Amino acid sequence: MGVEAYVAVSAALFALGIVCIVARRNILYVLMGIEMILNAANINFVAFNRFNGDGLDGRMFAIFVIIMAAAEAAVALAIVLNVFHLFQSIKPSEVDLLRE
Amino acid sequence: MDKSARIFYGLLAVAAIASLGAGLKAAGGLGVAFAFFSVLVLGGGLVCIWERSVVRSAFSLMATFGGTAGLFVLCGADFLGMAQILIYVGGILALLLFGVMLSPPDLGERKLPRVLGGLVAVGIAIGWVALKVANTIDPTGVAWAVDPNLAQPRSHVTEIGLGFVHPEQYLIAFELAAFFLTVALVAAVYIARRRRVDLEPEGSA
Repeated sequence: MGVEAYVAVSAALFALGIVCIVARRNILYVLMGIEMILNAANINFVAFNRFNGDGLDGRMFAIFVIIMAAAEAAVALAIVLNVFHLFQSIKPSEVDLLRE
Repeated sequence: MDKSARIFYGLLAVAAIASLGAGLKAAGGLGVAFAFFSVLVLGGGLVCIWERSVVRSAFSLMATFGGTAGLFVLCGADFLGMAQILIYVGGILALLLFGVMLSPPDLGERKLPRVLGGLVAVGIAIGWVALKVANTIDPTGVAWAVDPNLAQPRSHVTEIGLGFVHPEQYLIAFELAAFFLTVALVAAVYIARRRRVDLEPEGSA
């Protein structure tokens, strides 16, 4: 089981995340797609770390990516709460206050 | 369960069994484990895109995150797998489910042509890039090509713990991450708070 297998899974997960962001019209799906993309990046980090000397750098990167994902989810949910409060809706297409 | 759901889940089950068999044929027990976790990851993502209800999509992400943790463990990163389950399944997924409560039950929002079109377009793009990369790189010549004498994966838990506090390794990044997390969480609380105006009844303000 070489690095190509992990890279293939990671690329497929990245593609699924992009589709999840693009094809659904709901802020929550955008957040889910972002989490999928971050997970794909993490799989790449860990796999390349494993097959390139088994050091520590890739894992540390993955840990910091996880930390960043946690902060991102918290802030994003706070923003979604506020958007729902202001617009009574969480569809991205209806948040258009600056257009007027 | 309508007809398209039956077709979708039937195809998913066939693909899962086929990939388990392919993994067994390619690399034995390790291949089966890898195929199992990969099926969890990709199947969870597919179900997330395909399902109509936001709750089911959010719960299908649990398979994706758990499968990613399994892939980490297969790479020898057991600490990272544990952290993945703890933070993603326990924290981020709970946050997403909290956000689901704001979402109206808009079942007509998912358009099957949009989903299929997106899958086809992104698949073509990924395939094109993969072809280009495969043409330019000789996989036997690069440094990270598969080494048949690759050592067994080691556990790095102690090294990771020491790396966090060692001044010549990741101490600065660790402190920065802690500071970043504090700022982000305080900001999240500040953004999400109810203002006093919101709490007063209508008309009195």
